[in-house]
Amino acid sequence: MEKIPILKFGEFLLVTIQVDLYDQLAENLEADLINLVRKHHSRGVLIDISAVSIIDSFMGRILVNIAKMSKIMDAETVVTGMQPAVAITLIELGLHFEGVYNALNIEKGMELLRSKIYNLDEDHDIYSSE
Amino acid sequence: MSTIQALQSNSKLITEKWLLLQASEEGDFADAQTEEQKAEAAELVTSLVKSLTENSIDDPDSDAFSKVKENVGILSLSRARQGYSPRETATFILRLKEAMLEVLSSEITDAKQLYADSLKISKILDNIMINSFESFIKGREDIIMRQTDEITEISTPVIRVWDGVLALPIIGTLDSSRTQVVMESLLQQIVESESSIAILDISGVPAVDTLVAQHLIKTVSATRLMGAECIISGIRPEIAQTIVHLGIDLSGIITKATLASALRTSFDMLRYDVVKKSERKLATGA
Repeated sequence: MEKIPILKFGEFLLVTIQVDLYDQLAENLEADLINLVRKHHSRGVLIDISAVSIIDSFMGRILVNIAKMSKIMDAETVVTGMQPAVAITLIELGLHFEGVYNALNIEKGMELLRSKIYNLDEDHDIYSSE
Repeated sequence: MSTIQALQSNSKLITEKWLLLQASEEGDFADAQTEEQKAEAAELVTSLVKSLTENSIDDPDSDAFSKVKENVGILSLSRARQGYSPRETATFILRLKEAMLEVLSSEITDAKQLYADSLKISKILDNIMINSFESFIKGREDIIMRQTDEITEISTPVIRVWDGVLALPIIGTLDSSRTQVVMESLLQQIVESESSIAILDISGVPAVDTLVAQHLIKTVSATRLMGAECIISGIRPEIAQTIVHLGIDLSGIITKATLASALRTSFDMLRYDVVKKSERKLATGA
């Protein structure tokens, strides 16, 4: 069965989607990703969709779901490299990607993830010191 | 003498009368008639009287007049482009009718025949005039369409004000199609320049209603999806008033009064400091 590779990168998980997703593939990705978050105790998930030219409402919901599930398991999600046409379509569909962070490219996405996790850790320290 | 013969043999006279009538209409510009215009008029009259036959005179929609209609159409189109008023274009053909009927009345003595044929000629020329008017309006519409396209293209420049900061001054009303153009060019530029902040300056937008606000919110949301932050600047007091009166919620969007303060905010977000040279020296102890 076709699968989308998920790479472990330190405490992050990296997914680059290179093909147009059909529904089954997207659902598998969701399940695999959440399992790997638990397995590797990952703190961040980065999904690069720069090669994706079509995102429908179903795909949009899967991405939001991944973000929400990861959040419950204490991992932040960043979606990077969204194409202009895709962004416009999502807005027209009324999807606003709550709970998902967005970045222009992988580089900035990594930076964003690091800053999120770093800041959260700092917050944690403050609480623990009190 | 039949009406057709009368008109055909007098085409020169008709042209002269027509030109004279036009000249009296134009008043001060009487001398402005060029040789070219005179030749144009003569050609039009000749082709018109030539297309008059026993059959075509009874049928204003006859194919015999298609060439005349085409010529008049081209003439009206060029008049529209040169900025003639609709009245001038209409009287242009009306005067031709007048000239033709005048010639007819001096040639035909039988009152009954004169009346019947005048009616026919009137119908034909009315038909030609309707045609000319359609061309005139079409010429005008072409101009308007072209200008609209030009305005849409000119008025959406995306400016790179700093590394990673784009500004987009919006001038004119924001409608759905313009929002689309604005959004597309902005998002495209964000990708190309890898900018993380976009400033939408709406000081050139005359009024903001719920629809315009909706479009602005859409643009901001799309920019955020791309991973960039969007600041709206140039909000005039009266626009702030309308936004609040209409109950539009812009709380999720960073809004600034001027482009300068928006730029200042974006420097803050990028963690840049703007410092005077002398103060920098003091700070470093040089």
